[in-house]
Amino acid sequence: MRFVLNGKRTDVLAPPLKRLLDVLREDCGLAGTKEGCGEGECGACTVLLDGAPVNSCLVPLAHVRGRKVTTIEGLRSRVPEALAREGGTQCGICTPGVVMAAAALGPKPNAARVREALAGNLCRCTGYAGIVRALAGPRAAPHPRVRAAGATIARKRKAPGDSRTHRRGRTTTTRQG
Amino acid sequence: MRSVGRSVPRREGLAKARGTARYVDDLRFPGMLHGRTIRATIPAGEIAALHLDFDRAGFTLVDHRDIPGRNVVALIEDDQPYLVEREVRHAEEPVLLLAHEDRDTLRAAEVRLEYRPGAAVLDPERSTRVFKELSIEKGDLAHGFAEADLVVEGEYRTGRQEHVYIEPNGVIAVPAADGVTVYGSLQCPYYVHKALVGLLGLPHEKVRVVQTETGGGFGGKEDYPSIIAGHAALLAVKSGRPVKLVYDRLEDMAATTKRHPSLVRHRTGVTRDGRITAMEIDVLLDGGAYCTLSPVVLSRGCLHATGPYRCDNVRVHGRVVMTNTPPCGAFRGFGAPQTVFAAEAHVDRVAEALGLDPVAFRERNALVPGDTMATGQVLGEDATALAVLREAVKRSDFRRKRRAWRGTNRGIGLSLFFHGAGFTGSGEVMLASRAALELVPRGVRILVASTEMGQGARTTLAQIVAETMGLPLDRVLVATPDTASVPDSGPTVASRTCMVVGGLLKACAEELLEKLGGLTPSAYLRRHGPLRVTRQYEPPPGALWDDATYKGNAYATYGWGCDVVEVELDPVTYEVRPTRVTAVVEIGRAVNPLMVAGQVEGATAQGLGYALLEEVVMREGRMANAQLTNYLVPTTLDTPPIDVTILESPCRQGPFGAKGVGEMPMSGPGPAVANAVLHLGLDVRSLPITPEKVLECVSSSTESERTSWRRR
Repeated sequence: MRFVLNGKRTDVLAPPLKRLLDVLREDCGLAGTKEGCGEGECGACTVLLDGAPVNSCLVPLAHVRGRKVTTIEGLRSRVPEALAREGGTQCGICTPGVVMAAAALGPKPNAARVREALAGNLCRCTGYAGIVRALAGPRAAPHPRVRAAGATIARKRKAPGDSRTHRRGRTTTTRQG
Repeated sequence: MRSVGRSVPRREGLAKARGTARYVDDLRFPGMLHGRTIRATIPAGEIAALHLDFDRAGFTLVDHRDIPGRNVVALIEDDQPYLVEREVRHAEEPVLLLAHEDRDTLRAAEVRLEYRPGAAVLDPERSTRVFKELSIEKGDLAHGFAEADLVVEGEYRTGRQEHVYIEPNGVIAVPAADGVTVYGSLQCPYYVHKALVGLLGLPHEKVRVVQTETGGGFGGKEDYPSIIAGHAALLAVKSGRPVKLVYDRLEDMAATTKRHPSLVRHRTGVTRDGRITAMEIDVLLDGGAYCTLSPVVLSRGCLHATGPYRCDNVRVHGRVVMTNTPPCGAFRGFGAPQTVFAAEAHVDRVAEALGLDPVAFRERNALVPGDTMATGQVLGEDATALAVLREAVKRSDFRRKRRAWRGTNRGIGLSLFFHGAGFTGSGEVMLASRAALELVPRGVRILVASTEMGQGARTTLAQIVAETMGLPLDRVLVATPDTASVPDSGPTVASRTCMVVGGLLKACAEELLEKLGGLTPSAYLRRHGPLRVTRQYEPPPGALWDDATYKGNAYATYGWGCDVVEVELDPVTYEVRPTRVTAVVEIGRAVNPLMVAGQVEGATAQGLGYALLEEVVMREGRMANAQLTNYLVPTTLDTPPIDVTILESPCRQGPFGAKGVGEMPMSGPGPAVANAVLHLGLDVRSLPITPEKVLECVSSSTESERTSWRRR
């Protein structure tokens, strides 16, 4: 079966009904595409087929004849850096799929658009906050506020390299007496 | 440069996001076979006959007669066999193992089992087989009720919950010279090691367990990997070849552990002005077919059953019983989400019965420093229930929304909760964890069996060591958890890694720094040779606990949290949708604030799933919806924005004041959602709050209430 894989012409000898997911992992040696459920629900196996995200566990090999398949190994994107920086990856098993689904988003998406585009990618670790933060910016999903429980006025504690930029105003939190 | 308190990115984050991190299913070994588990299909009975309806060429078969050591999964009780000998106690019980090099041939092999069916016990209330029973008593209950102006009773239920780590359970067993090495997705390498030593009858040094990058655990890879690793090892030993055993989603959901279903009854005495005078609490957990970790889950559940409230007269009675269903096991929160749900849902109902505001009622009774808990433990200065409550109420504008939304289809509710950090009772003393730190030319290397499973242990522990030694973070390496090279720092569970193991590493780092005597690691190595320091857990002075009476310090310290959940009721479908969560946690010290927030956000989403979506449907003792198509976990569209505030009140037990965080935020969303639904006028007392349960409740509501939900 001939198709274009990550920009290169590829010829794979495998049964036509073999799942694209297995072809990629077993026949092409590309283990970055993950299996989470095998039923098209979790999105961990997302790849791009002619530029559009698909669940590769639901795509038989025959379906990609003559088409372009892009996997995480062949994607040029800044999304991985953003996810790593903003807490958008924890256990990481869903992350390549998230990166592939995000690749289909236009530039500077808002939070609603990110949530819609990633509705087919299950993440059990992040509550999606870090993912939305990485893709739509910290304004869409703010960094955590950190405060002393006993303080009446939050002191600004600035640490080099700390990305927290959100401490503003006063807190009236008081320690019980 | 400072390390602690900074949101440095996780160490392996880029490798994960670029798809280069290697998980167990990504590994292959020469000559590797694939494994498969043949399971019983009836909940109770005996195996009468077994028929192999396939050509056995190229297959390796293992049944209980092939076990060289003991046919028990070593955990708390020796009751669970690796492979059925005769008696079947649940419908997913493993009977026979197969291995073959071709997965399709393996899948096509047909095995038929004949049974002599037995009577199955599926209702925990009817079970007479008790795994563990306990009581916590304080004061005089009769006196407490006599003092009360009002007694409020309530019954609360929760269902099973599936972990849905996105990477299913999986291992590869590789036979080695008269031993075996197991690579796997797991939380506790030494649990698996202990189980394999017993199963295979091998000396300790002949069994090696190596953790591979782990795609989520949440407790689901605490006890279960001992089983799947044992199965793969049996196949590997018999075939003499590496064997990969990776479950597909259906098998993982059907056969592996779940959160224990619960039934909690409360009877609470209060004075008219809102002081709690008596709490009588009865906890029943369904443990499933075997004991697993159920006694400890029950302990933690009962120790959190009062909620974070002061009361002089308390009795908590708990039981966990056997049913003919797949065993329940560890799940983030470990019994506390069930009992905290009951306690916090009940508190709102007690406040309502008194005509009191739920915040005022909580403020009146919340534990403060110096208060005594049900076990007699006196709380330290870092007890911050009131601080988290007030911060969450203010931050969410709770009081205004509560007033403004009354009589609409919007509701707002809150929950106040706490969580003991580290093992329960004398657990840490018995574990006697060890951690080590050694010099390497580049700097130092951390040697612990504590695993990274997404929570950030690898990064956080390195931050603690870097800060203590004044080293740049990239000079601190972390060894792969491999039982051949790291000491047993205990299981990666119970919100203990940062606090307990981090504390040991801080002590190691201090000692190492002193031994260096001002030299750099590479200079020291050149001059004096290798250097390694090991520290073992020592209980803090005065920390006494009595397992027989449940008296004393149940935990070294506690984290505190308050959730405010805002919901919208769809008046047509009766779906309850969360629209915003305000989460405030006090966890001592945030070693890495973004990582802490990640735990809060993730557990909150998991808790919202528990509250609203996640329902394990059981039929004839089996999970009927063992797939992600109809066991629903929250997607991006089901998860609202989560506003996280971290309060710090450093405790003296943890490194730099840090307490545990991983489990606590799992307890908040359930009761906060139920209380938001109560604000809508709907009293639903069981989780998950599905549209069906709302419908049932609506049928008994008044016409004016129903009309009000249609108004915005």
